[in-house]
Amino acid sequence: MLATYAFFFLAFIAIFFALLVVFSKNPIHSCLYLVLTMFAIAGNYVLLNAQFLAVVQLIVYAGAIMVLFLFTIMLLNLSSENEPVKSNLIKFIATIGGGSLLLVFVLALKKTDLGPAPLMFPNPNQQGMIQNLGKVLFSEYVFPFEVISILILISLMGAVVLGRKDKKVNPINE
Amino acid sequence: MLKEVFIDHYIYLALTLFCIGVLGVLIRRNAIVLFMSIELMLNSVNLLLVAFSSRMGDAAGQIFVFFIMTVAAAEVAVGLAIIVMLYRNTRSIDIGDANKLKW
Repeated sequence: MLATYAFFFLAFIAIFFALLVVFSKNPIHSCLYLVLTMFAIAGNYVLLNAQFLAVVQLIVYAGAIMVLFLFTIMLLNLSSENEPVKSNLIKFIATIGGGSLLLVFVLALKKTDLGPAPLMFPNPNQQGMIQNLGKVLFSEYVFPFEVISILILISLMGAVVLGRKDKKVNPINE
Repeated sequence: MLKEVFIDHYIYLALTLFCIGVLGVLIRRNAIVLFMSIELMLNSVNLLLVAFSSRMGDAAGQIFVFFIMTVAAAEVAVGLAIIVMLYRNTRSIDIGDANKLKW
């Protein structure tokens, strides 16, 4: 019962701050609102008994990725003054497009029969615990796990190569 | 008043978050906010995968979410490096200025 209220509260927080991410003028505010959205989604993971993913969500998304975003925004010295804006006509058309996408999804979902069983709060099965996830990850999914480590290494090298100051390239506008 | 949460509620929540992300990609020109909207879409998909994994009692969905998070971290690192390079060359964060790549 309490968990049901917690779900609706977290859903409201997530949607409210997601809208603020899109509509706030200042990119730093967008970034901070996105951190709050991530926190709400991590709370939903706890409700669904996926404790490991909740912690990973907090560390990787709310911690590492958003710090990277904030660092880039502050490095480029962005604020609401030099924020590029689209014309109102394009915003109007884009809102209609996004709204119709949501409408199509919702209508498609209305046609689908998902079964009557409600989600149990708290969930009795323990598949989200780190012990069980570790067993599955290192037995069934051990090859993707190794491949993903190579991907991380490549992206690390790519970021370093891209971010390096290259003397040979001439800036376009100068 | 609703007493129980069904899988439908999670699907509606994830769909709403996904459409807000699509809206953000469509109405913003700032490349970094565009990236944040893409992160929002990835997160909504993650939420849906975890909800179904929890309902079916299958851990595979949560493993997929773990992989998606890793790929998202790699994508953000490279993407932000590209944005910094774009800013260094064009002195602008506007995604419309990236059309200089055509010439």
